[in-house]
Amino acid sequence: MENLQNLQIKTRSSVYKLLAHRPVLVYLSAAVLLCALVWLIFGSILAPHALDQDITLTTLSPGDDGHILGTDGLGRDVWQLLIAGTRSALIGPVLIALGSLILGLIFGFISGYFGGPLDWIISRYTDLTLAMPSLLLAIVAAGVIGGGYYVSVLVMIILYSPFDIRLIRSAVRAEVTKPYIESVKVMKIASLTIMARHILPNVVVIALVNFFLNIAYGLVSMSALSYLGLGVSPAHADWGRQLADGKNIMYENAASIIAPAIAIILVSTAINALGGYIADRFGIDTES
Amino acid sequence: MKDLKYISIKLLELIISMIFISIVIFSLLYLAPGDPARVLLGVKQVSPETLDAIRDQYHLNEPLITQYWIWLSHAVTLDFGDSIRTGESVLATCGPYLIVTLKLVLFSFLLSVILGIGLGTVSAKHKDKLSDKIISNVALVFTSAPSFAVGLLLIFIFGVKLGVLPIYGIGDGGLASDISHLLLPAITLTVAVSALLLRITRSQMLKETASDYVTFMRARAVAPYVITRSKLINASAPILTSMGLLLATLFSATLLVETTFAIPGAGGLLASSVVMKDVPVVQFLTLFLAFFIIVSQMICDFIASKIRR
Repeated sequence: MENLQNLQIKTRSSVYKLLAHRPVLVYLSAAVLLCALVWLIFGSILAPHALDQDITLTTLSPGDDGHILGTDGLGRDVWQLLIAGTRSALIGPVLIALGSLILGLIFGFISGYFGGPLDWIISRYTDLTLAMPSLLLAIVAAGVIGGGYYVSVLVMIILYSPFDIRLIRSAVRAEVTKPYIESVKVMKIASLTIMARHILPNVVVIALVNFFLNIAYGLVSMSALSYLGLGVSPAHADWGRQLADGKNIMYENAASIIAPAIAIILVSTAINALGGYIADRFGIDTES
Repeated sequence: MKDLKYISIKLLELIISMIFISIVIFSLLYLAPGDPARVLLGVKQVSPETLDAIRDQYHLNEPLITQYWIWLSHAVTLDFGDSIRTGESVLATCGPYLIVTLKLVLFSFLLSVILGIGLGTVSAKHKDKLSDKIISNVALVFTSAPSFAVGLLLIFIFGVKLGVLPIYGIGDGGLASDISHLLLPAITLTVAVSALLLRITRSQMLKETASDYVTFMRARAVAPYVITRSKLINASAPILTSMGLLLATLFSATLLVETTFAIPGAGGLLASSVVMKDVPVVQFLTLFLAFFIIVSQMICDFIASKIRR
């Protein structure tokens, strides 16, 4: 465990180093994410009545009656819905990235470390699933199962994990053949210890970068599903849902689509920018 | 001989993928709650006998495996059954929708290739200068932005504020109306997907710039456009691979963009068929799109591997 703690300290000091020479973009991204985080944590204070608003069916323009961004087609305050929507915009994607990372670590390590027939089976599985159009399958699965938000999260985890598995597998394979692993193997140290103590620290950065990218993809996919009316119920606060609802009242209150559209674009760009920046600093090539 | 082996392995992979997808979709649709026979009849009052007759007609009473087998044995002869919703054959139901989708995908593919490779080359040429920074950062925003969000913003700017382009539907079918109606959706798709090609082109061109032959050509005072052309030719293998990926992304993104622009394409048909549990249509559309995605990627990969050798 000592090594793992060292690693954590190391990554922490690297994070400080990251902030020493930061482009403006990194500042901006951090600010956007901080704002989203505040909305997420204090959402219930900032927008206490987002989900129990009166349904009046009148659309108000921005500024009317104290509604900063006006109201949507059902007469609900757009600003409050936007804040309340942060929850489903962030929690689902983070869960997707986390679940996919865990599956990736488990199967990637089994496949990359042990090799053999298990590796063959896992590799064929990832080949097969990576060739498939994931959004297409997600639409069908989410539409058919129809179990709401967390079922969609689960479907996404299953669809995202093959990429993580393949990535971690190849990272593990690159380490396994190196002399330092050969030598600990000769020392007859338990496989689990070798994996956790010696290989994991060398794989963790690439997994972390991918974790970030997965959050951004997760945000886009989940809001795509709710935009199509799948995944979340109409009463739910969700940016994709807001976009779909706002489409019909564009002439009455344009803010009802502009605000959530910009929110999704900003947050997903910020996550991608930070992930890309970390990758850059650790010398990981995300291009190929 | 080597190519033949390569192609036959790829074909086998394709067949396995298609069977796997069809089994997944088939079981998903049948395990889900809701009765297709009921959907078929709508809100009409019917006797249990009629319901049974309809179930018989669509083999709904058979076990899952038998149903799948019946579907598969027809599917290999390109008979995908009848749509539960319209009663017409699946091919006739999906045909017009698919043509619209294919038009849109092709249009935006052309735009993305021109824009992606063009801007990628420019960006690599002016590395670390202002133009490169602007292009790279805009590309980052565009890769991150979901296509439907971009689409809605474009509708707002061009359709509502400026009022210069039609924002809904596909027009009367003439070439001019086709282009003007598909322009905004195609731009939306291009914005969403071309950044991928741009980034690959940029990084590959930078790699080529650092290589010896470019230095040599420069020393021999070869015209800059000739150098750029050689660089592009040498970088074409990875660019082609990512073009395959680009087509795949286009097919997925178009499903959402069509909904945004109210274009009667495969995306809207798929979404509504999923909700209505129109199994034959969903099955055919998914397989057709998956087939297109997988095959286009394979062709690009194959050409790329030929270039590499």
